[in-house]
Amino acid sequence: MVKVFVGAETDFEDRGRKVIEYNDTEIGVFFVDGEFFAYENKCVHQGGPICQGRILNRVVEVLADDRTSQGLTWDDEDVHIVCPWHGYEFNIKTGIHPGNKNARLRRFDVSVDGGEVYVDV
Amino acid sequence: MDSGIERTRELPVQEITIDTDTRDILARETKYQKEMGFADWPIIDIDAHHSEMTSWRQVIEYIEDPILLHYAREFQSRTGGAPGLSNHTPGLRYQDAGGRIPHQQQLAEPVEDKSVHRDVTLIRRSMDALGLDYQVLFPGNLLQLGTHPQPRVEAHLALAYNRWVCDTILPQDDRIKTLLYMPLGEPEMCHRIIDEFTGRKGVVGFMITSVRFKPVHHNSYIPIYKKLEERNLPLAFHAGLTWTDEWTKQTDLFISMHAISFVLCNIVHMTNWIIHGLPERFPNLKTIWIESGLAWLPFMMQRLDSEYQMRPSEAPLLKKLPSDYIREMYFSSQPIETSNMKLTEATFDAMNASTQLMYASDWPHWDFNAPSTIYDLPFLDEQSKRNILGENALKLFNLDRPKGK
Repeated sequence: MVKVFVGAETDFEDRGRKVIEYNDTEIGVFFVDGEFFAYENKCVHQGGPICQGRILNRVVEVLADDRTSQGLTWDDEDVHIVCPWHGYEFNIKTGIHPGNKNARLRRFDVSVDGGEVYVDV
Repeated sequence: MDSGIERTRELPVQEITIDTDTRDILARETKYQKEMGFADWPIIDIDAHHSEMTSWRQVIEYIEDPILLHYAREFQSRTGGAPGLSNHTPGLRYQDAGGRIPHQQQLAEPVEDKSVHRDVTLIRRSMDALGLDYQVLFPGNLLQLGTHPQPRVEAHLALAYNRWVCDTILPQDDRIKTLLYMPLGEPEMCHRIIDEFTGRKGVVGFMITSVRFKPVHHNSYIPIYKKLEERNLPLAFHAGLTWTDEWTKQTDLFISMHAISFVLCNIVHMTNWIIHGLPERFPNLKTIWIESGLAWLPFMMQRLDSEYQMRPSEAPLLKKLPSDYIREMYFSSQPIETSNMKLTEATFDAMNASTQLMYASDWPHWDFNAPSTIYDLPFLDEQSKRNILGENALKLFNLDRPKGK
């Protein structure tokens, strides 16, 4: 395992990202709610560039107490990364698809040392 | 001195948008083909699209009927509506999943080359990125034209589009082919179109858009099929979506309508085609069923076989089981269903995929498939992969083998 330099901590705004390449492995590093998360830039669906997709909150359906639908809305907490090839969505903090727990992005550990961000590859 | 820390490079595209170059959007596929060693296989994409509506001002100038031309120009000059005379469906705007899939929304990337139509450059970029030797091109919104309330408009827009694409797009690159639109709403125009465009550069057959509500076995269409068979030209049924039939009207989300609509139209047409004995009447007419995926085929085979054996008196032209006819038809692979690989494998076995299936991308639509979707299938041997990715289409369309492949 090697420690790979990604960038300065100050380079990342909230919901910011850096997509890097190291030895033919592409990795997306995201900064969300004060934490870093990193995944391989390869969607588990058909290999698309998942880390280069849009970052959007999860969509949820609101049910009333009587279970009637009150329509769709944004979830306040869950943030998703969306594959630009086909729209597969993954929770950006877990790397897991909202409806298929077997669909998981390959995850990398992230560390911050002296204001610099690294991933373990 | 080795610091123990490895350096990296940032990808030039951090987020893919509508302005991203097609080659950057598809870069992962380009890279994967090189890694896996199938970039040098013949790969033919039998179903891709361009956005003819972005060239609609040019297309309508090919309208032959002077009054329809007048209306098209008038409509085109106004804002806020669908491009003149087309029956463009507002629901189609959901296709990009609310901007989540940018290439479906628009390919707005810069194109510097002014020597050819912009679409030619975009097509070339997708072909290069996907490792294609040929691409069979279709329009986009015109796939809805079969439900136009005015058959004469369907006929004249089909003629105009066909003339425009044959004049403007196909001559620019030998790798671009097409199966031209036939407006079944006016059979006489179908004959005109077959006569006028047979032999034109890039035309490898003709196509019926499957979203239409007239039975394809009607006697008025029989001379069309006879003409295609005599000229050894394949006939494709290109599936599409509609939100206006009594069944899809009950679906209020794009996902629901799309999942059903693209299959339902070809289920109906294939049923009529087989039960009314069209394969027996035209044994040498090759049919291709496009963009319905594959999961419907085991259903069709079993359902029609079961009912036919109980009611042969209603289908007296048949000399074998419906599934036997289906196994002689051709199919495009996209959108391939792979969530249960055992079912996918059984489907491939049932339909004789090794000889009958042809790769299709459907690029740049939201549910496109790259060639790796075929290459990665775990149950296929190499020859079957080669057949599906290119060899079957080379034979069916009688295309020149790509140099060195």
